[in-house]
Amino acid sequence: MYLKDIVTILEGETLIPSADLAVEVPCAFASDLISDILMCTKEPTLLLTGLTNNQVIRLADMIDIVGIIFVRGKRPLDEIVEMARERKLPLICTKMTMYRSSGLLFNAGLRSCKI
Amino acid sequence: MQDFAAVRSEMGEFWNIRSGLEESVKGFFSAPPEADVVLESLIPEKDFNTAGKGSAEVKNLLKRLGVDPEVLRRVAVAAYEAEINVAAHSRGGMMDSYIHSDLIHVVFRDKGPGIADIAQAMVPGFSTADDMVREMGFGAGLGLPNIQKNADALHITSSAGGSTVLEFLIYFANNER
Repeated sequence: MYLKDIVTILEGETLIPSADLAVEVPCAFASDLISDILMCTKEPTLLLTGLTNNQVIRLADMIDIVGIIFVRGKRPLDEIVEMARERKLPLICTKMTMYRSSGLLFNAGLRSCKI
Repeated sequence: MQDFAAVRSEMGEFWNIRSGLEESVKGFFSAPPEADVVLESLIPEKDFNTAGKGSAEVKNLLKRLGVDPEVLRRVAVAAYEAEINVAAHSRGGMMDSYIHSDLIHVVFRDKGPGIADIAQAMVPGFSTADDMVREMGFGAGLGLPNIQKNADALHITSSAGGSTVLEFLIYFANNER
């Protein structure tokens, strides 16, 4: 599945227009706990989260995150978006809840990451 | 060899060494060789703009040195969790990374207030994080267990009211099973 398919499924809005959405997404993980995300991400992973602070972007310096979906209408501040732009990290907002977003992507064939 | 027994009588101490590496870890700590590269990074109290920069810098340097990506991930995760711990729970501290040809030794020293019960702090889910830290997505009580899981050796000394020193070793040869 490609990131552009995910944007369509989640009726998402891309926060960085220049971001490459032709990226293949092998798997996903959904959490609002940083330690959980760090513990469970061992391969290139799409992150679904309700966290919008700078440490979520910082996570991409430590582990291989292919993009971040901010669920339930949450939007990061401009400075956070800028941090992601510097890292070429795609950011997508969706109005859907974490549960609905995860369910739709799972049904569309996006597997959960190996833990 | 350092007399750890003497330290233990005054302070809380915790050791965890990955099975099979006991001899090499003991050898390292009994006579630490001089590092090829040393990186120092300040960790200010409750500064979540800065927290994580030191770990990212270390990861980038090791990446340039050609360290295995899975080992890189383990170093980054362990260092980041420890850096966040210092920022979230202490009055601030330092992160010193000593890079050798075959391993990295990272030492975190803070200005207190210390860990009253290290064994309790190691229990997954136990956390003393405040609301501000939890709102950032931290405080799951998984920081120390995550460091232990990713490091080949973890050593913590602390006492209530004193400072905490946390250090870990990760070999560049991938030892994770």
